Amino acid sequence: MTTQTTRKYLRERFMPHIWCAGCGHGTVLNALIRAFEALGMSRNEIVMVSGIGCSSRITGYVDVHTLHTLHGRALAFATGVKLSKPELNVIVPMGDGDALAIGGNHFIHAARRNIALTALVMNNRIYGMTGGQYSPLSGYGISATTAPYTSIDPDFDVVALSMAAGATFVARTTTYHVNEMFDFFQKAILHEGFAVVEVLTQCPTYFGRKNKMGNAADMLTYYKENTVALGARSEKEHPHMIKRGIFIQEEKPEYCSQYDKVMERAQKGRP
Amino acid sequence: MTGDEACAEGALAAGCRFFGGYPITPATEIAEHMAERLPQLGGTFIQMEDEIAAIASVLGAAWAGQKGMTATSGPGFSLMMENVGLAVCTETPCVIVNVQRAGPSTGLPTMGAQADMMQARWGSHGHYEIIALAPSSAQEIFYQTITAFNLSERYRTPVFIMTDEIIGHMSEKVIIPAADRIQTEWRPKPSGRKDRFLLYKPGKNGVAPMPAAGEGYNVHVTGLTHDERGYPEMSVDTQAQMMDRLCRKILDNRDDIIMTESHHLDDAEIVLVSYGISSRTSMAAMQQARAMGLKVGFLRLITVWPFAEAQISALAERVKGFVTVEMNLGQIHLEVMRAANGKVPCHLVGHPGGTIIAPDQVIATLKEAF
Repeated sequence: MTTQTTRKYLRERFMPHIWCAGCGHGTVLNALIRAFEALGMSRNEIVMVSGIGCSSRITGYVDVHTLHTLHGRALAFATGVKLSKPELNVIVPMGDGDALAIGGNHFIHAARRNIALTALVMNNRIYGMTGGQYSPLSGYGISATTAPYTSIDPDFDVVALSMAAGATFVARTTTYHVNEMFDFFQKAILHEGFAVVEVLTQCPTYFGRKNKMGNAADMLTYYKENTVALGARSEKEHPHMIKRGIFIQEEKPEYCSQYDKVMERAQKGRP
Repeated sequence: MTGDEACAEGALAAGCRFFGGYPITPATEIAEHMAERLPQLGGTFIQMEDEIAAIASVLGAAWAGQKGMTATSGPGFSLMMENVGLAVCTETPCVIVNVQRAGPSTGLPTMGAQADMMQARWGSHGHYEIIALAPSSAQEIFYQTITAFNLSERYRTPVFIMTDEIIGHMSEKVIIPAADRIQTEWRPKPSGRKDRFLLYKPGKNGVAPMPAAGEGYNVHVTGLTHDERGYPEMSVDTQAQMMDRLCRKILDNRDDIIMTESHHLDDAEIVLVSYGISSRTSMAAMQQARAMGLKVGFLRLITVWPFAEAQISALAERVKGFVTVEMNLGQIHLEVMRAANGKVPCHLVGHPGGTIIAPDQVIATLKEAF
């Protein structure tokens, strides 16, 4: 439900948006601004930094300080923002290519530092903006314009990768599970450390069409039927289903607060 | 102190409080010095995962209200180029130091060159104007780093400091004046109603005020072609308007940006043109030539970009020729030729890189050519 107070976070003057009919990214936008509202966040304390791609255009539609930067570099850019003004909440929405192809190096290093950024991986398993090429999250056997004989590239597991790299909050959900996404976004924003939320989001235009997944509703049904919540009874019954939930949520020293200690040591005298 | 250390101290004196870096010979000492000094002053040093991330973090810091710098050399400079274009397009003040080493590729990492001059001019894609300074001593690196920050803030543009391995690693006496004797500038700040603020509506020198994250302006900053409001606008007209303003804020202020130093140009028949470390060679060569009775003058380019075209065109009307001295195989030389426009002969004393050019080589060319 979008209320008047939720709408204040929307930059309606940038509408209509560029996303295709049936795209899941609007659902992510909805859950995100509702999370801002639920947390009572001021627009002035939020910065959103994005890269390039369909997903990155989300920054245009949120009426906060928004920085639409280079493909893959959003986390590096955001690191400079956060270290300069640690009091701000810095949200970094990325697509699958943005986060884990061209931006993969920045992703693992931001996770390693445990800097308090909220990284949203909007995973539609395809490069949409450029017209349907396979991504490092497409996986084996997927049809794409650059994989006309189906892909031979295995995919990354965003959750396992994030945890191995050092992220201290890692969750996965889908655009079908809107309330879960709303909940995870709030927890990720509040988390003092590097937080990753992977959202499986449908691209009916390219991924769906190329892989005979049906329309947007069919793809949402797929998320409903092929994912399972962590801890649910059905998790053991369906070990091959995609797991949703919060995989890790732990307190570890956050990078900006660690840097405060560097300043203290430096100001006391020589190292 | 060394040129690299003088660069770091100049940045601190200019008010730089953010450094994002990645180690690379021969620029590493700048990062090392900043790592020690910045936290003492409440500033931020971060060693990023690569040079792309280093410059991206500097741009992020700039939009959070900081003055930021990064320092690198050839390979890292290449990696930074896409972000240079983003800084130009979004009008983000930042200073990028290139302590040049011989290339191409890994080249001679520990040995100097001046072969990235055209990369500084045109290294990022698209057409744009840029500012690049070329100091020639540790003391001048200190002052030019302050100037680089001031120009960067005044014009909201990335500014390059093009030093080289030789002056970067050379130890010289550097005098650091008291802080109150150093003039520092800040980007123009917006005023008035925040909800009516236009991100790219220029002020009187063609430069728009710049808000920082957290100040409540809630602007959208994008490397897409954008209008005065900062909105992405995929149109030929908007592209033309944006390009015109981006270029003109530099070109219309060339008199303010271009700094040169003249020696014996009044009676000169032959003019040496040089910059950075090679200007020290040229100075010695000019003095030797004068002692030999040759009427040689010397034009030292402190600002290399934008190019001192008008000055060289004017000289071409009355001198017999130019000799450009630089540690590459002809980059600024071609610019001198362009400005001289066929009126007088232009010669090059170049070098493939690795060591300083000896004054004798300049004298030999002077004797042979004129």
